[in-house]
Amino acid sequence: MADGDSDEGEDAFVGNSNPVAESFHSDAAKGEEPADVFSEKETSTTVNSSITTSNPKSNGAHSDDENDLFAEASVELSMENPSATAKPSGAESTRSLTPSTAATQPKSIEQLEEEEGKDNFDMDVAVTNPEKIGDGMNAYMAYKVSTRTTLPMFRNRTFSVWRRFSDFLGLYEKLSVKHSLNGCIIPPPPEKSVVGMTKVKVGKEDSSSADFVERRRAALERYLQRVVSHPSLLQDPDVREFLERDELPRAVGTHALSGAGFLKMINRASDAVNKMTIKINDSDTWFDDKLQEVESEELQLRKLHAVVDSLVNHRKELCGNTAVFAKSMAMLGTSEDNTALSRALSQLAEVEDKMETLHQEQAASDFFILAELLADYIRILGAVRGCFEQRMKTWQRWQEAQSTLQKKREAEAKLLWANKPDKLQQAKEEITEWEGKVTQYERDFDRMSVTVRKEFLRFEKEKSKDFKSQIVKYLESLLQSQQRLVKFWEAFLPEAKAIA
Amino acid sequence: MMEEAREGSLSVSVQTIRVTEAVRDGDALTFVVISQKLSGSGEYHVARTHEDFEWLQQCLFSQEVVPGILGVIFPPLPAKPQLNAPTKVLKQLGFLAMGEDWRTYCRALETYLQQVAAHTMLSKNKCLENFLTSSEPPGRQRVRKGIFNRLSQAMDGMRREGHKDVDDFFQTERDNNLTLTGCSKSATERFIDVVLTEQKLAVACGHFSTSLHLCVEQEEDSTVLAFSKICVKLSEVIDSIKRNFESVAENNLSTMGLGLDLESRYQEAEKEMLYRRTCKLVELETASRNAERAKPVKKAAMDELKVAAEKEFDHVSGVAKQEIARFHSARVELLRQALILWCEKQLETARDTSTRYSQHLQAFKELGE
Repeated sequence: MADGDSDEGEDAFVGNSNPVAESFHSDAAKGEEPADVFSEKETSTTVNSSITTSNPKSNGAHSDDENDLFAEASVELSMENPSATAKPSGAESTRSLTPSTAATQPKSIEQLEEEEGKDNFDMDVAVTNPEKIGDGMNAYMAYKVSTRTTLPMFRNRTFSVWRRFSDFLGLYEKLSVKHSLNGCIIPPPPEKSVVGMTKVKVGKEDSSSADFVERRRAALERYLQRVVSHPSLLQDPDVREFLERDELPRAVGTHALSGAGFLKMINRASDAVNKMTIKINDSDTWFDDKLQEVESEELQLRKLHAVVDSLVNHRKELCGNTAVFAKSMAMLGTSEDNTALSRALSQLAEVEDKMETLHQEQAASDFFILAELLADYIRILGAVRGCFEQRMKTWQRWQEAQSTLQKKREAEAKLLWANKPDKLQQAKEEITEWEGKVTQYERDFDRMSVTVRKEFLRFEKEKSKDFKSQIVKYLESLLQSQQRLVKFWEAFLPEAKAIA
Repeated sequence: MMEEAREGSLSVSVQTIRVTEAVRDGDALTFVVISQKLSGSGEYHVARTHEDFEWLQQCLFSQEVVPGILGVIFPPLPAKPQLNAPTKVLKQLGFLAMGEDWRTYCRALETYLQQVAAHTMLSKNKCLENFLTSSEPPGRQRVRKGIFNRLSQAMDGMRREGHKDVDDFFQTERDNNLTLTGCSKSATERFIDVVLTEQKLAVACGHFSTSLHLCVEQEEDSTVLAFSKICVKLSEVIDSIKRNFESVAENNLSTMGLGLDLESRYQEAEKEMLYRRTCKLVELETASRNAERAKPVKKAAMDELKVAAEKEFDHVSGVAKQEIARFHSARVELLRQALILWCEKQLETARDTSTRYSQHLQAFKELGE
């Protein structure tokens, strides 16, 4: 089995984590002391780990690998069964308070009991309190990263650290280096923005810098939430260190390798791969199909994002227009002789002012909820593509090893004929070496295929949940605005009627 | 052959005058005007073009020399609509060019007719009766020059708006009118911007909704299906948002927009009347000076002119005072109605939308995995 540390982590982790707003409030009701950051906010994305139903069947490929820590982790963690045997996860809605026990596979009694008794979440992170540190071009924003967890692998239950943007990038790079070759879909961090940051550094105290900081803070939070909800990544000590350690060594070299930069690398590599016209002889077309889906979906999301962007701009325009109109009505009101009419017009000006605020909030909602959601997924789809391409590279490596082995065998045959015993020995050694490699690479490829498949399904599930919860949030804000609008009009009607 | 404009009384009920629709006939619009007979025995149904309306307005201007006619605030007639130049017509007509099927424009014409018909002096004009009741379109004959020329004469020439008044009441009225004309014009223009943006938002939502449909996959796979369902549902939501914007914009332009436009044009009409009076004042002052300075041989003639000018000016001022009082109560009433109707419509739309959003939210929450 894997090392004892992760074992304990596994057990606690078996419980379902559903870090949604409702469950927080219910916890508060249970008497827990939620950290401020959590009770106030609705943790936006319900990116939670999938239901953990241990499913030994799909692990066939893994159980051979005793020494592979990663394989062990996969065994324990969710193995969503992609096929029809997947049972719909019962009451898994954003309202569910109990961890859904969609266990179709045999589970130990202890595991089941633990699940029942577990909290609704095991892990939650928040990024808050952006603070500007320093001045001028060397200034930077520090963000408070708070964690609340019941997982025993952490020293405390609630703790906070301060991190800067390059720390997040550094985390991403470490995770990429370690896990992308395993077929993991590594959540991509938000992009660097020279323009945005320069404004902040220079000290521009306007709404656009405030917007930029808020946008970045929210994006960093979503990024972290995705990382910790990924079962394998959460186990990574770098993640733990990121969340817990007081002082993090400054991540260097993140200038060149920002998230976008890394993705660009992958994209360039994928272009090269495509040019080599690699066609994996997949027994089923699943991987090809999915890759195509991903590519077309990325295009669609980009289109959607552009449309939402224009929506946001129009709303901002409406804000401006409404404000200007409000002023002109106010002027009309003050110039008016008839008292009742004058008052009604002034009231109207106030109503219009309030509507402007509503429009502002709605524009923010459009942007922060919808547009950012789409932007996130465009980036994530890039990461998914990268994952598929990694698999292709692994296959290629295996194929190349096979052809090298073939060449070595041919060389050996030639040597047999030529009768050169000393060289023959070397040739035999090389053949053994390459036979080992072929076996290893084949295993790597198979294992990677399984992981990629699993990761992809997890991604799809998360995507649906994410979109659903974000849209619910959007609708709630929409409804709230609308209800306030109704009140404004209701208040105004008597004023209009009072004109004589 | 049209009879000469004569005094008479209107045979239709003022409140029932309607301009029900605009029919497009090539490059021209024809408006259907309906009114109920006072006798209660039926209604009149006529078709009129903008030229016919202009003829009516000219008739009113060129009435027999009614003392003080210059003091009348003539109900403003909307400008002629250009059919094939949408941007130009928007600039020219503002709110009246917006809305479907020229509905807003028809309402403005209707208000014009009602205002003329409700005016004690103007309604007696036979032209109005002919306009509303004759099945034949009023002739395009030349209107008698008469007063109309004098009216236009009064308007050109030197700029006399700043000429100080002899009467405080009128001076105040002129000052207020100047402010209100500016304010209402500005408010109208700003409101047009608001409505145009709302319409743009509706269009953008339409694009969004359509694009979402393109994300739907015909897949068997349950996870892909789940996402497709989300896209479809979201598209329905965005569609609702679109319809909301369309309703809000329509409400805006058909009630408050129309009201502001009318207020704006009505203020302009008052401005013109005050200006005419000011011109008369100048005439009077000139005549007085002339009479004072006249050599004995011309003195009698000059005095006569002065007396005539005085009389005319007094008539005009008398009519003007009445008109102003009428005007103020009429416009307050118009604005009141516009505001109430606007509020009621927007409230209704807001409530409907709120219900719809609530349903969407519920449906979304129930979207199973």
